[in-house]
Amino acid sequence: MSGGNGHGPLVQLSAKDFKTDQEVRWCPGCGDYAILAAMQSFMPELGVPRERTVFVSGIGCAARFPYYMQTYGMHSIHGRAPAIATGLATSRPDLSVWVVTGDGDALSIGGNHLIHALRRNVNLKILLFNNQIYGLTKGQYSPTSEVGKVTKSTPMGSLDYPFNPVSLAIGAEATFVARSIDTDRKHLTEVLRRAATHRGTAFVEIYQNCNIFNDGAFDVVKEQKENQIRLEHGQPIRFGAEGERGVRQRADGSCELVDVAEAGALLVHDEHQVHSSLAFALSRLAHTPEGPTPIGIFRDVERPVYDELMAEQLEAASESRGKGDLGELLHAGDTWTIA
Amino acid sequence: MNPKTVEQLDQVTIRFAGDSGDGMQLTGARFTSETAQLGNDLSTLPDFPAEIRAPAGSLPGVSGFQIHFADHDILTPGDQPNVLVAMNPAALRTNLRDLPLGGTLIVNRDAFTDRNLEKAGYTSNPLEDGSVAEYQVHAVPLTSMTLEALKEIDVSKREAERAKNMFALGLMSWLYTRPLEGTVASIERKFAKRPEIVQANVTALRAGYAFGETTEGFATQYEVRPAPLPPGTYRNITGNQAIALGLVAASVQSGLAVYLGAYPITPASEILETLAGYKHFGVRTFQAEDEIAAAGAALGASFGGALGITTSSGPGIVLKQEVIGLAVTLELPLVILDIQRAGPSTGMPTKPEQADLLNVLFGRNSESPVPVVAASTPGGCFDAAIEACRIALKYRTPVFCLSDAYLANGSEPWLIPDPATLPDISTAFAEQADHEGAFMPYLRDVQTLARPWAIPGTPGLEHRIGGLEKADGTGNVSYDPDNHDYMVRVRAQKVAGIAADIPELEVDHDEGADLLVLGWGGTYGPIASAVRRVRKTGGKVAQAHLTHLNPFPANTGGVLRSYDRVLVPEMNLGQLLKLVRAEFLVDAVGYNRVRGMPFSSAELGEAIEGLL
Repeated sequence: MSGGNGHGPLVQLSAKDFKTDQEVRWCPGCGDYAILAAMQSFMPELGVPRERTVFVSGIGCAARFPYYMQTYGMHSIHGRAPAIATGLATSRPDLSVWVVTGDGDALSIGGNHLIHALRRNVNLKILLFNNQIYGLTKGQYSPTSEVGKVTKSTPMGSLDYPFNPVSLAIGAEATFVARSIDTDRKHLTEVLRRAATHRGTAFVEIYQNCNIFNDGAFDVVKEQKENQIRLEHGQPIRFGAEGERGVRQRADGSCELVDVAEAGALLVHDEHQVHSSLAFALSRLAHTPEGPTPIGIFRDVERPVYDELMAEQLEAASESRGKGDLGELLHAGDTWTIA
Repeated sequence: MNPKTVEQLDQVTIRFAGDSGDGMQLTGARFTSETAQLGNDLSTLPDFPAEIRAPAGSLPGVSGFQIHFADHDILTPGDQPNVLVAMNPAALRTNLRDLPLGGTLIVNRDAFTDRNLEKAGYTSNPLEDGSVAEYQVHAVPLTSMTLEALKEIDVSKREAERAKNMFALGLMSWLYTRPLEGTVASIERKFAKRPEIVQANVTALRAGYAFGETTEGFATQYEVRPAPLPPGTYRNITGNQAIALGLVAASVQSGLAVYLGAYPITPASEILETLAGYKHFGVRTFQAEDEIAAAGAALGASFGGALGITTSSGPGIVLKQEVIGLAVTLELPLVILDIQRAGPSTGMPTKPEQADLLNVLFGRNSESPVPVVAASTPGGCFDAAIEACRIALKYRTPVFCLSDAYLANGSEPWLIPDPATLPDISTAFAEQADHEGAFMPYLRDVQTLARPWAIPGTPGLEHRIGGLEKADGTGNVSYDPDNHDYMVRVRAQKVAGIAADIPELEVDHDEGADLLVLGWGGTYGPIASAVRRVRKTGGKVAQAHLTHLNPFPANTGGVLRSYDRVLVPEMNLGQLLKLVRAEFLVDAVGYNRVRGMPFSSAELGEAIEGLL
């Protein structure tokens, strides 16, 4: 019944092998369905046995995700998934550990855990389903809601300036940062594939439509393809119906949108640039998705992975001191004997 | 040389007090080690401010270390010192009130400058104005004699001055006939890379010893013979060290690697620091971004099959409670160490209290039972840590292990156990389907009510668990009313059932006693010492001490009801008292003080006598 035990030959799995017997209980039309389907159909090609895959979530609509994946999983507490997953991933480097979170879970109550997971570069794949609203608690504004948003808890409009999750992740020293869209299966799958193979923490913001409390929040980007600034490594950044618009870097390092016809050299995207300035500048092109907005992989760089470093220290300690002997440890230091 | 007399004493209590920068903790620790080597029984109490270096010479900057040693077995660091070593006026001012009249006072005369006197709030020099007339005063120029002794050594004046604590240690070592070899070796180890510092400290140490031998100021040298302790190999140990060793022992005895999630906090940080040095035992230590993450990471590691542990003190425990509640419903092992300190809020970080009991029992939302184990002595922290791990692993539950700032920093000789005598606490992971070809993560063991622990990586047992209520057996999300009622009860029953798996409450009965003194945790030493004191004068009193606070040992109610009166001394406002009154309908009374200091056996003795 399982997909390979890590020793024998791998059994070829299909999307249905990653479905559980639990009824999926998101609202009809929720963007989460599309993300779940993309994930289930993409998992088999990863070649990681189901028993070595773990989904950890916090609280919120997105957090139900683990119940629907036929892998190991934990639906934990609000905001804490990155911390719990860090304990699991750092003690079990053999596992593929995924965190599924939302904008409230990751950026409000769990903001601290998120930024620290990113800077440590633990081997985690963090998927942030951003719908710019609190769904499970029925429609309060979130830390990614636009200023002035009228919700049940902000009848006169929200006063909070929102986070840009991509900018935040880059600022928190993330080594892999990407953005995709729930309904763009091809793009989403490609981004997830890249995230899965990244060594260290991969952060993926997924624009996810909440059709009940915040319907159409991303339509400007989703429905109007000319507003999608697709980032492709090594390519000049162009967008628009005919590719007539582009991105140019100003002298101060910030980026601006230009007409290709009038512009000189366009900015060539480099995912692997060691300094995060370029990725950050790109993320500032759209603070919220209300006009041309970059999607794709902003940043993908290598940095030592926390769990590997931790394992190396354990090995080095055993090598230099010998494997621990309890009797010896208890007798360490000054002792005396009474006959 | 003057003829010196040697006098035998059965016990002595010395307090070293000085500025935070004077090295009093090191001096006390070395004197302790010398004393341990001689085979005395001993008990120590460091008493230091939370500030790392309060302004030099100020009252808040005073750091103290008390050691009680004897030729017989002792239980506490002593109520009052017989000897006070005061390195400056501030140390004298803050400690003199504890020295009984006629006690020995050794002061560093050089430190009694106008400026230091002023900082300590003295308007005249207490060494000259009669303030200390009723003590046996030895005003020794410790600083200038140290500088004189080190004048040939190539160290700065500042470094030479810093060696004055070694001069004082040398003098005290002579006075109480302690050997110096261990201290010399320790200095050589500690400053291996700076031979001139080794030379300075060793020279000061020997100069202090020689001063004792030659000066006319000290006519008598004292000896305290070895105590008849049970045979075996001993080391001196603090509670925090014992916890760290206990956790490693639990790892070895369970075959599971320790994963410690921790956030630095006084007085628990030392456990993190100590375990970080045991990587060759496969110990993983993770210094998290906060207390919540520390507990969360430990629980995540438990999910993966590690021995998940998190350490803290009260202010951190309140933050961890959310994760602990999750562990209750996930039914995964998690050991939480609470090294209690005075509160509420930040309180007095370096001072002990035992006022977290009700918080660890009830400080989570809803019905959330968690077993609680409490250590009674510094050495006992070793056993308490293993016991907490045993219960956590066997019953798949979070377990609290309580200590406090007194046990954490206090020390005593510890009979080192033979690893072969430690309990086997291994547990089995689930490896195959347990119900008609399927795996049911909440199908319980009929005896322990523990659920199977299937760790990621086990083929075929993929399952999801979470904070939502689960259907019994399958573990699927369930809002069924009767299922919830059942699950609430079965989680409670599982914890209550542990009573059958722990030792009965032992009573140190005294023939004819109708008063029982019931304690728990770090008050064991002072209570037992007070009971001895009362019995010496003919008082009849029985004593019992709880190490399991949830569940209570099965015979607890019977024991309590077999006495006419029950006295419960606690360093809180009556938390165990509330529990035993509620649980056993016993009209117990409390003795409660929350001064951030251990009880003295004298005050407890009086409280007991008041009820006889």
